[in-house]
Parts: sequence; structure tokens; C-alpha cells
Amino acid sequence: MSSKRVVAKLQPAVNASVTRALRPEFAQRLQYSTRTIANQATTPRKLEARQLQPFVRLASSEASAEKPARTGLYELHSKYGAKFVPFGGYEMPVQYSDLSIIDSHNWTREKASLFDVGHMVQHHFSGPGAEAFLESITPSSISTLPPNQSTLSTLLHPESGGIVDDTVIARLPDRFYVVTNAGCREKDKAYLSEQLESWKQKNPDQPVEWNILDGQGLIALQGPLSADILSRVLADESVLTLKSLYFGQCTPATIKGTDVEVLVSRAGYTGEDGFEISIPSAATEAVTQFLLDNAKDELRFAGLGARDTLRLEAGMCLYGHDLDDTTTPVEAALSWIIGKDRRAKGGFHGDSVILQQLKKKSEGGGVSRRRIGLIVEGSPAREGAEIVSESGEKIGNITSGCPSPTLKKNISMGYIKDGLHKAGTEVQVVVRGKKRKAVVTKMPFVPSKYFKQPTTAKA
Amino acid sequence: MASRSSVVRAARQLTSAAVKRPSPFACQQWRRTAQMPRLFTVSAQSKEKKYTEDHEWIEASADGKTYTLGISEYAAKALGDVVYIELPQVDLEVGEGDAIGAVESVKSASDILTPVSGTVAEVNEALEQKPGDINKDPEGEAWIAKITVSGEPAGKLMSEAEYKEFTEEA
Repeated sequence: MSSKRVVAKLQPAVNASVTRALRPEFAQRLQYSTRTIANQATTPRKLEARQLQPFVRLASSEASAEKPARTGLYELHSKYGAKFVPFGGYEMPVQYSDLSIIDSHNWTREKASLFDVGHMVQHHFSGPGAEAFLESITPSSISTLPPNQSTLSTLLHPESGGIVDDTVIARLPDRFYVVTNAGCREKDKAYLSEQLESWKQKNPDQPVEWNILDGQGLIALQGPLSADILSRVLADESVLTLKSLYFGQCTPATIKGTDVEVLVSRAGYTGEDGFEISIPSAATEAVTQFLLDNAKDELRFAGLGARDTLRLEAGMCLYGHDLDDTTTPVEAALSWIIGKDRRAKGGFHGDSVILQQLKKKSEGGGVSRRRIGLIVEGSPAREGAEIVSESGEKIGNITSGCPSPTLKKNISMGYIKDGLHKAGTEVQVVVRGKKRKAVVTKMPFVPSKYFKQPTTAKA
Repeated sequence: MASRSSVVRAARQLTSAAVKRPSPFACQQWRRTAQMPRLFTVSAQSKEKKYTEDHEWIEASADGKTYTLGISEYAAKALGDVVYIELPQVDLEVGEGDAIGAVESVKSASDILTPVSGTVAEVNEALEQKPGDINKDPEGEAWIAKITVSGEPAGKLMSEAEYKEFTEEA
């Protein structure tokens, strides 16, 4: 029924992209964002939302006088009543007029929400040296990553093994698709340029090509109804593919009634089943509108506010808060991202530090602090609050916190002295000068509901 | 601390005019100089509801000895879903400009600042159980505290009309 209209709507967008691509300034990008969209995978990534921050950061956001950028969906957000805040160099919706943050949060857990994550940075790495290059800067086992599969990873500082940024890396048939945080855009660019330069010098026979997909749209469809809703806007063969697309996998897909190709990754930043969809610039708005129009009673836009409470409940890190340049993956409770073969052989930035930390304490290993979850009584404990022992000694600090709309308890994430990180440990958190009882709690706080590949063989 | 901000800052966050606002320090200086003349203006009109630049309101009792304090509707709306309210302790002595409590919403923690000095006479304990009520009737049922004062409020206070204008230009 409505698919005909959509064709009419989407087609001009597609055509537009073609004409555009002919113009010289787009030539370079074209190769990556138009022609190859068909076989890109998108892995969307985790995101960051920190809504809280804009408040607190007023001072610094005033300082950086640069005008924030806008994603391709800015007009659409406005139409849907978005309230914007500066975030990661962009004006991003923090919430919309139809739902409060709590309502939007609950809506996501019960139905489905659509998040614009187009401010995040999408990259392609290709060439004979791409795999080895990525293995040199991350602890992930990229060589064993199957095609159309993605993994959470971290870009690492040489020597220290501190985290430059967290990222999702997907292997597409002919390249890697990497998504990094908007807030780290400039830092990551400088880091990657430097790393590539030094790679080139050491490995002249293994060239790597790196491209940033400027303008490429990225939206996250999250919530239990996501697969149903996405199916309504995909071509039949893509709908079939979706049925066996499991968490962490990605696939190219076609929008129903058009030849618009998108990259669909079953992933997200909420703990719910869902997808991140990478869309050619010219079709981003039309595809987003198509989704909204096809699920009027089930799908709503959600902003950074709900994104932050959802990701906290899911126990996921937000770079710049729960992770920074001084944190190693082991301290950040992200040891699981370090590949088996990488543990044996090393060969990545900071490997001597990180592999030592992975060892048992009796072998001189371990870390002095660990990332943990806390449930706090009374007031929510937010970033900056101190974690103290019964005697008042400082034993850690909170890096993120909010009232959990799902649990109706105050949840926080933070770092605590090694040894006190076991679930059930009772501590105190100081908020406004008062100590509040808190208990170290396993994360995710709210169980994840990913669409996972059945473990009993898929034969 | 990073995660604390006053109601005014929270409210400002919804606007882009924050830059133009005087800093709290500037404000306090202003208050001091303004204090003198105010001593002479003890009149019936001071008993009407007044608003601060930090988005609190105060209203004097009939005898002028006790002020009821709360946050404005504008602030409540700006904060969004309030999930926790930290109330001051009864009998606590407070000075003008002190943070006497806090309002926690999903997205932020905001201090409640008192524009009057005195002693906390009563707090709205119902808010401890139902903090969300502050989103429903912040300038009525969901008042925060009553403060017994020894003198007149000193700082810059606005009438309802002035406050309305203040929030509109923000």
C-alpha cells in the first residue's frame, strides 16, 4: 500500500545521490558511500549519549565557540518536537515533546525507538594491510572475525594501553567498517593519521586505505518490536535475511520498492534487540520517515536522554565518562574483548601492560581499580561522586549514574579499588556531603534481550 | 562538583541564552549593594509571591514571619521527571544563597537555593514519598520548605510578571 508512495519519495533521493556523486568534491567519497553501500556492513556501535553532560558542561561548551554541526535528520527532528543540546560537536535531540525521558525509556523497552546516531564517525579501512593494522591498534582478534560479523573494541595508546576510544569493528567482504564516538572525532582522526603514517613506514608493502564516510546517515532502531518494524520497510529478500541475522552480525539490505541499499547491523546501545542502519546521505531522511510512517503506534523518536539511561541499565560504557585515555580494557572490565590469540601473542599497543594485568595477582598481575556497577540508596549518585568505605576512606569514584526507570532504583557505574569489586560488597557513596549506602552490583543492571544465534548448531 | 548544578542552570540548559547571564558571583555582589534600600520597603506588596533568578519562589505568611519556598513551574518543567528530592532538616539555620536541598531528575541534580536567611520551620515530607508531585504542582501543593525569618528577604526578587518576562527572554 504505502510502498508505492515511498518509491516516489525515495527515488528522487537516490537519483540525487547519483548526480551528486558525479561532482568532483564527492568523487572520493562516492566510491565508498554510494557504490559500495551494497556490500558494506554497518555496525553500528554503541553510542554515547550523555545527556547529563550538557548541563554540567555548559562552561566548556560555551568556550568552544564553534557552531555545532547538524546531522541529515535535523529538520525531521524539529518536525517531531526535538529539544536540541550540543553533543559531540553536533546539535542533537535530547528528548522530544511527545514523551518525557522516562516515558521514552519505557517506550524503548516495551515497543521500539528510533535514535539518530549520525553524529558518530563511520570509517572504512581496506587494502592488504587493513587487518594487520587494526590488530596493531586494538586488542581484538580481527583475523578470526568472520565476514559480516562485528565486535566491540578499543583503540589503544602505544605503550600505556590506555583507551583512545571505544569502537565497533565489522568485517565486510572487502573492507572493515568501523564506528567511533562523535566526541572523539578530532582526537581519533589525529590518532589514526599518526598510526597509519607509522604503519606505512614500517610496512610499506602492506598499504591501508582509510576513509571517513562523511554525511553517511546512521540510525538505531531499538526495542522488542524492532525486527517487525524493520521488516515492513525492507525488500522481501532482505526480510528473509533479517530472520537469521543475529546479534553482532550485519548485512546489506534493500529498502522496499526502491534500490536504496543500507547496511543493517543487529546491534545497539540499549540492551534490547535492535539494529543500527547505515544509510546513504541522500536517502537518510526518507528512510527514517518511511520507518516512522510504517509504525505509527509503535515507533517513536528517542533522544540522548533516554539513550543514556538505557545504556546505563545495559551496563555499557560512555567514553569520556566511564572510559578515558588512562583506562585500560582490563580496568574497564572489558577483558572479554581481548582475543584469545591476542592474549597468547600480543602484538598490539600496550600489550605488555595489558597482558600483565590479565595475569593472576600471584604472578604480579591484576589492576588497582576496576569498573563496577552500584545500586545506591536515596539520591542518585552521578559522575564525580566519591565511593568511600565505612571509615570514610576514598576507595573509588562514580563515572555515570542516574535513576533507573526500569528498576526504579539509582544505578551508577564507577571505578573501585581492586578487591572491593565483587558483587554484593557494601560501600558508601557521598552525594552532597552525605554518605549513602551502595552495593556493588553485576551489570547489566537490566538483563539484555539480544537476538542471539542459537548455541545448538545451526545446521 | 561536576554533577551538581542549580535549578537555574538546569533551566538554562533548555535555552541558548545562558552565556548572557551574570555569574553567581556577580549576582551576590549585586545583592549586597541592594540590601540597604530594601530595608525600607517593608510593605504589603512584599507578601505576594516572588521569584528568584535561580527559579525558586517564596511567599510570606500573613504575619510576614515565615516564608514558604518552592521551585517554579518553569523550573519543574525544565527539569523533567523528578525522581528524588532532598529536603533540608527542620531547625537547620540557613543563610541567603545557601543550598538547602536538591531536586534530582532523570537528567540532572539541581540545588535548591534559599533567597532568605532564617531557620527551617517545616519541610514538605510528602515529597520524599512522591517526588514526582513536584512536576504536577510545584507552586502549590509541592512546596519544599517553610523558613522562619528574622528580617526581610534581601536578594533580587521578581514579581510574577517580571519573572515571566525573565524566563521568556532566557
